[in-house]
Amino acid sequence: MVPTKKQNLFLLSKAKAVRKKIIKMTTLAQSAHIGGSLSCVEVLVALYFSIMKINPKKADWDKRDRLLFSKAHDAKALYAVLAEKKFFNSSLLKEYEVDGKRIAGHSVKGSLPGIEISAGSLGHGLPIGTGMAFAGKLNKKKYRVFVVISDGECDEGTTWESALFAGFHKLDNLICIIDYNKLQAFGYTKDILDLEPLKKKWEAFRWSVEEVDGHDLNQIIKKLSTIPFKKNKPSLLIAHTIKGLGGVPQHVGKISSQYIPPNKIESESLIKNLSV
Amino acid sequence: MRTAFKNKLTDLANKNKDVMLLVNDVGFSVFEKFMELFPKQYLNMGISEQSMTGFAAGLAMEGKIPFLYSIIPFVTMRNFEQIRNDICYPNVNVKLIGIGAGFSYGTYGYTHYALEDIALLRTLPNLTIFSPADPQEAESVTEEAFKIKGPVYIRLGKNNEPNLYKKSKKIYKGKATWVKQGTDIAILATGTVLGIALQISETLEKKGISTAVFSFHTIKPLDNLLLEKLSKTMKGIFTIEEHYIQGGFGEMVSAIIAQTKNKVLFKSFGINQPIQNYIGTQSFMRGRNGLSEKKLVQEILKLI
Repeated sequence: MVPTKKQNLFLLSKAKAVRKKIIKMTTLAQSAHIGGSLSCVEVLVALYFSIMKINPKKADWDKRDRLLFSKAHDAKALYAVLAEKKFFNSSLLKEYEVDGKRIAGHSVKGSLPGIEISAGSLGHGLPIGTGMAFAGKLNKKKYRVFVVISDGECDEGTTWESALFAGFHKLDNLICIIDYNKLQAFGYTKDILDLEPLKKKWEAFRWSVEEVDGHDLNQIIKKLSTIPFKKNKPSLLIAHTIKGLGGVPQHVGKISSQYIPPNKIESESLIKNLSV
Repeated sequence: MRTAFKNKLTDLANKNKDVMLLVNDVGFSVFEKFMELFPKQYLNMGISEQSMTGFAAGLAMEGKIPFLYSIIPFVTMRNFEQIRNDICYPNVNVKLIGIGAGFSYGTYGYTHYALEDIALLRTLPNLTIFSPADPQEAESVTEEAFKIKGPVYIRLGKNNEPNLYKKSKKIYKGKATWVKQGTDIAILATGTVLGIALQISETLEKKGISTAVFSFHTIKPLDNLLLEKLSKTMKGIFTIEEHYIQGGFGEMVSAIIAQTKNKVLFKSFGINQPIQNYIGTQSFMRGRNGLSEKKLVQEILKLI
């Protein structure tokens, strides 16, 4: 399924709205982790506005597709898309990293509707998601489990333990999406601990793997409409992305996008650009 | 104890189809029958303790009641952060079953000892910790663990431990069991060293010291009310555990007693760091580390 032109315009407007929210939150809190929040915007918009079966009015609806946001240092992206999807009022986003409020730098289950797990320590999302997918099979439930991880999380042993398990147990209700922005906390992934050949690695673990331009909503939706990519296999979508896309130009695709928030003037200019 | 746990779990799995046993490739000669009876309630995850713990959290969030079973270091230490983040903080209904308390695997070397597990796990929110003294208590706390809708850790010995109770006694979570009456001093034991505590009390009784013995099968929540009472009525309180003194049961007890206004003699007995680099059977290792009836009687007599 490819979105119609009208749907595509709608989704593009949602992606812009989510980016604006992320920029506002970061600017207000002057917090880190804007780069990885901006790189997964299209993936999250595609999931929440097109792919997943969810009910924002009943966040814990038992038939919902589950989304586990494992790269929780980029929680701003999750908060923004949940707000945009009206799981809660957008005005709550002002409470991000504010004294006495519940909206943490790393997403915590129960702090806002729609957050499935507490995360922040890397490599926790895929094991939990694997458990949920396995339970879904045992309980003969139709829900699907989406886990969004970072490329840096592929350094973690638990990611591969779960990959091995899910492939062996044929969990085709499990979909992992890697936000492959090629940058981790202190450098380029290829320089710190090269993941390549990433696709082949996951295929060797018996996953079916597809790759997309992670900023092309049409491509993401087209691919995710066909999950499971292969019957009896868990699906992996490698989303090739750019860290910090839509942020302050000098930081885009650079390690600085992980740490440096826009100042007020930069922020206003970014938001103005997103508003046209 | 292992057999008592297994039998109770079999019973629970039969009654409730959501009960699941998860192992990390252990259980030879223990779980074959369980596998056969409940193929859909048994899962060997492979040797992957960390992801197994997160996985169990995922299962529990979808309504399953997973019991994770392994040797203590592999179900409490290797996966500590998963226990903390994925199970305890979000209060998820997962049961951790550790076998091999203290020196149960004494000849295996320190990788298999369990001398720090209480110290680590007692810090975690929402977690209940059981440390049964004999097969009967092991069976009861397994039932209790099932009833609790939240995380539980059970610290088991190994197998073929003697029954320490003449008659079966009901266990109450968070309430220590009064195993033997006495009025002068109280010995508080957790785990299978309750057997040593009972021997000590017999010897002391012969010397005219009226000695009460309690089994602290629940470490968290601790029976604070009893401790406050004992600190008022007893001349001395002694704890025994097969765990490091550092961070263990005795330290928990001392913290409660210190915060009362009562002046009572207190001494905790356990394993002192560092342990030497020899190995040996459980009784050998206990003896070498001061956990014997004879040694502890001497120590207590010196103090009172």
